[in-house]
Amino acid sequence: MITLVDYGMGNLGSIRNMFKRIGVAVEVAADAAALERASKILLPGVGAFDSAMQRINAGGLREVLERKALRERVPVMGICLGMQLLTRASEEGSLPGLGWIPAVTRRFPDLPGLKVPHMGWNLVCVARDCPLTEGISTDTRYYFVHSYYVHADDRQDCVLTAHYGVTFDAVIAHDNLYGAQFHPEKSHRFGMGFLRNFASI
Amino acid sequence: MLRTRVIPALLLRNASLVKTVRFGPFTYVGDPCNTVRIFNELEVDELVVLDITATRERRAPNFALLADIANECFMPLGYGGGISCFADAQNVLRLGYEKVIVNTHAMENPPLITELADHFGSQAVIVSIDVRRSLWGRERVYSRSGTRSTHRDPVAWARQVESLGAGEILLTSIRREGTWNGFDLGLVKAVTDAVRVPVIAQGGAGSVDHIAQVVDLAGASAVALGSMVVFQKKGCGVLVNFPDPARLAERLGQANPRHD
Repeated sequence: MITLVDYGMGNLGSIRNMFKRIGVAVEVAADAAALERASKILLPGVGAFDSAMQRINAGGLREVLERKALRERVPVMGICLGMQLLTRASEEGSLPGLGWIPAVTRRFPDLPGLKVPHMGWNLVCVARDCPLTEGISTDTRYYFVHSYYVHADDRQDCVLTAHYGVTFDAVIAHDNLYGAQFHPEKSHRFGMGFLRNFASI
Repeated sequence: MLRTRVIPALLLRNASLVKTVRFGPFTYVGDPCNTVRIFNELEVDELVVLDITATRERRAPNFALLADIANECFMPLGYGGGISCFADAQNVLRLGYEKVIVNTHAMENPPLITELADHFGSQAVIVSIDVRRSLWGRERVYSRSGTRSTHRDPVAWARQVESLGAGEILLTSIRREGTWNGFDLGLVKAVTDAVRVPVIAQGGAGSVDHIAQVVDLAGASAVALGSMVVFQKKGCGVLVNFPDPARLAERLGQANPRHD
């Protein structure tokens, strides 16, 4: 069972739909009580960094999330903005992030011809093996939509990189904590494989 | 490097898929959910669904049908047609669509663009611009599925929607739509030169070469395909298909796109 955190940022329909297709049970948790039962957590997110942090801080979710992630050490994966929230801070906002992974979130540089957001399908490179990279091949591509990207302090935490103006971390892993910048739920069989890998951890 | 997005654009008329020529005569294509299922299996980059009668009939989107379509899709989805207010857009996005597409209602109420972009982010807001040459030989923006001239200049309107917060522009040449004769490169280039947001070129695609031309020569960030992906070939029967990915990659200069 995977618990999807519903804190009002982004819709969970597509993620739920893909888990259904690959036969993985999910539960949506919108409050602390529902989150208490979680044994594996997925933190989605679309929108602005500060609004997301405000909602997590205000809704009583943070304390339970923190206990689950850092003390009970259940697997937690952040997707897109959810990945960025795991870092210390983002150039998008002024509020601190959750800071569970030593990493920062930066804005794409202003380069000629580089349209921001980075939006579309991109290839990835494997930086190191991890359960999430099971089955990845050279034609594996994922769908990205983001204006900010994550850079892990410890390069050992970087699992997949992608390139758009700069090389950035597409997937990071730090102990039981994971982050993916792309949208697996919108990435056909490549995304299904990725979510299946997370479900099997 | 990013792949150029090649996007089937499907037209809804009531609850059926159709394909039009120059926004006029249409051919019945089939059931939307079955068709979308095929595009999902073909692993297309992205899909756009446009309800071409919603605004003309002054009705809201067919949310039940949109939900059924979304359930068949594991790729990014955009929807346009009859989105007249914040609540309509929110309902569409909640169904699992990433992008809402506004056209007539954006012209009648430009602050709608900003309201949507502020709340959902610019990446979720596409403004669709339908263009036809007027009797005086000027390119003009048309509303209500190409039935009404607005006297707006497409380049000026594109600049304005960008400044209002549109994250992308779906630019359609009515004259080329459904003709297989190639994109209107001049129109596309005029708009891509004027804005920084991605422009999806629509109207006239008949071959992979046409796709490469509008990207290479006119600066399109993405292309929308209509007839090419629902007919066997020009003048032939319905066949849901998609250009060979290897050939597309080769023509779009992405034959060896790895960055390491």
